[in-house]
Amino acid sequence: MTDLNDKLETAVHPENLRRVAIDPVSRVEGHGKVTLLLDENDRVHQVRLHIVEFRGFEKFVQGRPYWEAPVMVQRLCGICPVSHHIAASKAMDMIVGATLTPTAEKVRRLMHYGQILQSHALHFFHLSSPDLLFGFDSDVAKRNIVGIAAAYPEVAKQGVLLRKYGQEVIRITAGKRIHGTGSIPGGVNKNVSIEERDYLLKDIEQMIAWSRDALALIRQLFEQNLDSYNAFGRFKTHTLNLVREDGALDLYHGGLRARDMDGNTLFDHYDYSHYWDVIFEDVKTWSYMKFPFLRSLGPEQGWYRVGPLSRVTQCDFIPTPLANQARKAFMAFNGGSATGATLGFHWARMIEMLHAAELIQELLHDPDLQGSELVSKGQRQERGVGVIEAPRGTLIHHYKVDEHDQIVRCNLIVSTTHNNQAMNEAIRQVARQYIDGRKLTEGLLNHIEVAIRAFDPCLSCATHALGKMPLQVELLDVEGDVLSTLTRSADGAFS
Amino acid sequence: MSDTFQLDGASIPFKAGQTVMQAALAGGHYIPHLCYHPEFKPHGSCKVCTVKVNGRTAASCTMPAEAGLSVESNIEEMNGLRRTLVQMLFAEGNHFCPSCEKSGNCTLQALGYDLEVHTAGFRHMYPDRPLDASHPDILLDFNRCILCELCVRASSEVDGKNVFSLAGRGIAKHLIVNAKSGLLKDTNIALTDKAMQVCPVGVILQKRIGFSVPIGERRYDQRPISAQALDDAPRQADASGSCTACEGTP
Repeated sequence: MTDLNDKLETAVHPENLRRVAIDPVSRVEGHGKVTLLLDENDRVHQVRLHIVEFRGFEKFVQGRPYWEAPVMVQRLCGICPVSHHIAASKAMDMIVGATLTPTAEKVRRLMHYGQILQSHALHFFHLSSPDLLFGFDSDVAKRNIVGIAAAYPEVAKQGVLLRKYGQEVIRITAGKRIHGTGSIPGGVNKNVSIEERDYLLKDIEQMIAWSRDALALIRQLFEQNLDSYNAFGRFKTHTLNLVREDGALDLYHGGLRARDMDGNTLFDHYDYSHYWDVIFEDVKTWSYMKFPFLRSLGPEQGWYRVGPLSRVTQCDFIPTPLANQARKAFMAFNGGSATGATLGFHWARMIEMLHAAELIQELLHDPDLQGSELVSKGQRQERGVGVIEAPRGTLIHHYKVDEHDQIVRCNLIVSTTHNNQAMNEAIRQVARQYIDGRKLTEGLLNHIEVAIRAFDPCLSCATHALGKMPLQVELLDVEGDVLSTLTRSADGAFS
Repeated sequence: MSDTFQLDGASIPFKAGQTVMQAALAGGHYIPHLCYHPEFKPHGSCKVCTVKVNGRTAASCTMPAEAGLSVESNIEEMNGLRRTLVQMLFAEGNHFCPSCEKSGNCTLQALGYDLEVHTAGFRHMYPDRPLDASHPDILLDFNRCILCELCVRASSEVDGKNVFSLAGRGIAKHLIVNAKSGLLKDTNIALTDKAMQVCPVGVILQKRIGFSVPIGERRYDQRPISAQALDDAPRQADASGSCTACEGTP
């Protein structure tokens, strides 16, 4: 590795280097690729995670009536549409000046925690367990959920049924398992009937038990691979997440908390309705995904990490007993080493899955779910900001609505976008650790993907800034030689 | 003994002056349709109700019933043509059911499901049709207009206001608002107007209602449009001139 390029973002002399692409990155949501530039001695000079999808939701939601947004924007994603559904609804609550009724807030929370449960289960069991149970460089033919079902049928079954349970919670609260309509500006359009509640209650103890088993499994994997798991893709970073007023983990609502890589608080309980005073987005010419940063630290130093690992480590406690106990064990494990490990994401994610199952049980016993006061409204506002902690991290929806009820401006900062630079740092670290100077194999390249998967990125959601992204179109002849090139820069200029 | 004609092998009685559609619906037999509404004069524009009468095609909503007619409706040939017509209506406008608040209450969507329209069939035309959100309580989303003229007829024949009209010809035909400004805010339309109730798709919408009716409780969520025709029969106006079973949203 050259000392001139220790950051690995941009090679000093890319023209003489060999290009290796992982395209597509598999077992992640959405479509992305990784490129590496290597010299003749297999030294790594450049590593980049590229997002190659193109979305336009911020543009084509313009002109639509505001009450349509919570249903329309959730089409960004088929994995965690509830996150966008609820974040947009929270923004629209501000637009209609609503203070939610207890029934409305609890039905939404139930929907959201059902979403957390199913999404975390999907990620751990379907997407990541093949790497963790078989090994990062194991036989690629078996390194998938089908291989897991054959070798660990009970683990696979639990993964499928945990996910199914979460989807049932969503169906009952939102009307459909995917892309429902339950959350509306100012509230919800249905409550949870006694029959629906009892249907969900009958399996919740099992879900809690399986969540505890999953937690035990990831702890066991850390114990068995202590050194490699702790070191894998490890890097120091700032963090961002929502916390409740009392500092508790709260994935539905709270204030923003940012801490620097040494644990010093940068801001706490910050009112997210003015998020732009503390967070800004940078653009780089080589990616469709923006690079958010903390304003006070600037674009070079201000990037940060969101998601389960940040939330679990940065909250003061978790307000359900089993998950809180699990958090304490996680923080204490091996002197706290897992809290800074990239693979610690998996452990934190399973703590959150247990927390979600516990909260679902708590909510199902709350009679407010059967209440009939579903919607409220107040003084109409022009601007609405909705922020939640989605399965993958902090999700920001921001709308401006004119006097005719039409959306005139929309900005979405999606969890995976927050993690853009952090993911790039993680794969560069893995490249330094495992790839630099070695002959490439599929198993070595999978190490890169393992680091990306730890973040559970949703690449579909993360790319949406229509008209602002740099774009390059190449016209090739039949031999593949470039005949002409049209380039649009980040400021929209063509050359 | 009243006169009868044959519809798909069934004997349908009719009264003098009735059309094939009116007699069929009165007898509890469903013929797919979009622009027909028993409270207004037959229009014959959407052609979805086309049937074979003595071997020749005719719009059943405008075809006078006659004794001894042999009418074929629920046959693959006619349903295939209807499927094509519905595909063309979907392709001509911007019908994004996934985020449309009329989804589940939409006659066009229900008809599409019922006729088993599984593919687009035609290249979508993606017309540029801006919304008219100028009225404080009513939104017009022209993207979904199928030119059935139910609103035109309701506003003219029942409300006596002439708020809506069609302009242009051929492929350029489109719904307009009868005001100098061209904006709905400058008309005397009211939420209680018949024109507010008859839109079979999601063009004329009361504002801020959106998705307040949950999935599962919308008109076509449980049973297809063809099954509901039997509930609604006879689909004809009562003595006061109204037919509540005929509205897009019950």
